Amino acid sequence: MSSRMLPEEFADLERFAEQWSLATERQRYTARLASSMPELQELYDAAVPRMADALAYLDQFELDDLPEDARNLMRLFFSVVNASFPVEAWKQPRVPDSGAAYLDLVDEPVI
Amino acid sequence: MAHFPKPVEGSWTEHFPELGTAPVNYEDSISPDYYELEKAAIFKQTWLNVGRIEQLPRVGSYFTKELDCVDTSIIIVRDRSTVRAFHNMCRHRGNKLVWQDYPGEEVKGTCRQFTCKYHGWRYGLDGELNFVQQESEFFDLDKADYPLVSVHCETWEGFIFVNFAAEPAETLLDFLGEVATGLSGYPFGEMTQTIGYRAIVGANWKLFNDAFSEFYHAPVLHQNQAVASESVKLQQFGFEALHYDLFGDSGHGVVSTWGGMSPPKDLEMVKPIERILRSGLFGPWEQPPGVDLSELPPGLNPARHRAWGADTFQVFPNYVILVWERGWYLTYHYWPLAYDKHLFEGRLYFAPPRNATDRMRQELAAVTFKEYALQDGNTLEATQRSLKSRAVTEFPLCDQEILPRNLHKTVADRIRAHQAENETVVSVAT
Repeated sequence: MSSRMLPEEFADLERFAEQWSLATERQRYTARLASSMPELQELYDAAVPRMADALAYLDQFELDDLPEDARNLMRLFFSVVNASFPVEAWKQPRVPDSGAAYLDLVDEPVI
Repeated sequence: MAHFPKPVEGSWTEHFPELGTAPVNYEDSISPDYYELEKAAIFKQTWLNVGRIEQLPRVGSYFTKELDCVDTSIIIVRDRSTVRAFHNMCRHRGNKLVWQDYPGEEVKGTCRQFTCKYHGWRYGLDGELNFVQQESEFFDLDKADYPLVSVHCETWEGFIFVNFAAEPAETLLDFLGEVATGLSGYPFGEMTQTIGYRAIVGANWKLFNDAFSEFYHAPVLHQNQAVASESVKLQQFGFEALHYDLFGDSGHGVVSTWGGMSPPKDLEMVKPIERILRSGLFGPWEQPPGVDLSELPPGLNPARHRAWGADTFQVFPNYVILVWERGWYLTYHYWPLAYDKHLFEGRLYFAPPRNATDRMRQELAAVTFKEYALQDGNTLEATQRSLKSRAVTEFPLCDQEILPRNLHKTVADRIRAHQAENETVVSVAT
């Protein structure tokens, strides 16, 4: 399939890639706040058991020279890390009592 | 009962008798007039950290800082082996020299010289005026008389500080005192992988400083970040630091805390994502290979405790360096914007990741930091709102809140000293 975003070893996660393989923390955090708990739970349940496989796969490459599909996989798992907080701690997408508070990530590594 | 030994006086606070133990008045956080006094007596007199040397990798690398607390914008630039600071202002008619699109926003980049957008005057990296458009139209203009206005700038261990006093009262090294002797030699320069955050917080700058310099709040405010059984234990235990120290009347101090979470004694103590990635709030569980942490500088782990986890060094007035036992560090800036508003900047510094696993572990530490800081930030706005009512004005601070107590006292002391000095000058003049 030509529109595949992830390495074929991770075809089971392909359905999440378009929504969650995002380049910046700001995009990932925004996507998290825009999601429902069932959506976050579905991502978490599908991806967390694959974390070890994904890192073993990604560790084959130089971090600053990831093939495009591997970079997408890395970004997908950045989103999984972000989504783990609603699922494991908050039971809601937003940090409780964080109201209008925000903390913008202004400087982050390219990958 | 104390789990960790306290000084012979019975408490950390009483170990420093000049602090007193009385309730603390927070009028200093809700008064516009008081903020003006802080600007004059503190921010315009003392060394202020504005960043790290890694932000200036090459000759000509520069960044600007908007500093409302001293009513100016500055340029920090690397000129060969020297870091220089200048007021960000053209000598011709006062236009802001370096900016893009929005005059109030900070910028960074690399250049050979600074060119004013208005009439094209050009300045070298040393601040000298090198070119004046249509120079012959001017009257007796000697370019040597119009360099950029420089700001005192010194570095220590790669940390860049500026000072806006006409003549600083002391060198940067003397100013830092025991912070410098305690931390010199730590491999700060090897931790070049950074993640930076900022937020405008609707609270006085001292309130965030207070929040991050005491951990008495942690088992309560952050209880849901631990697994349920652990959260109950943490609340029953409460928080006790391993050690506190205040460094004379400098306003600097340190709180040393334990680090049982990295790695945890029992894996069930931490959330599943932390177990899988072997990382969390206290950072990746493994120290970065290749960074020599075998011999720590004398200021770290002052209690020499085997459960040591992190030391938070408060650098008066508005800077914090937090060194984690696992081999990374954090910095915080609290830049006042008004008496009830400040800019918070937090930055994480890691050794460069060797691979995706290292990077993912750092990401978990960074995301965790943000989740904690969001809880803290919103609580501060709630505090500011209720302080403003003045329904209560005096607040009892406990022994674990010695650094907040010291901060408010030092601010008050500096303002009193500054006022006394100015009265002397006035009376001499009259």
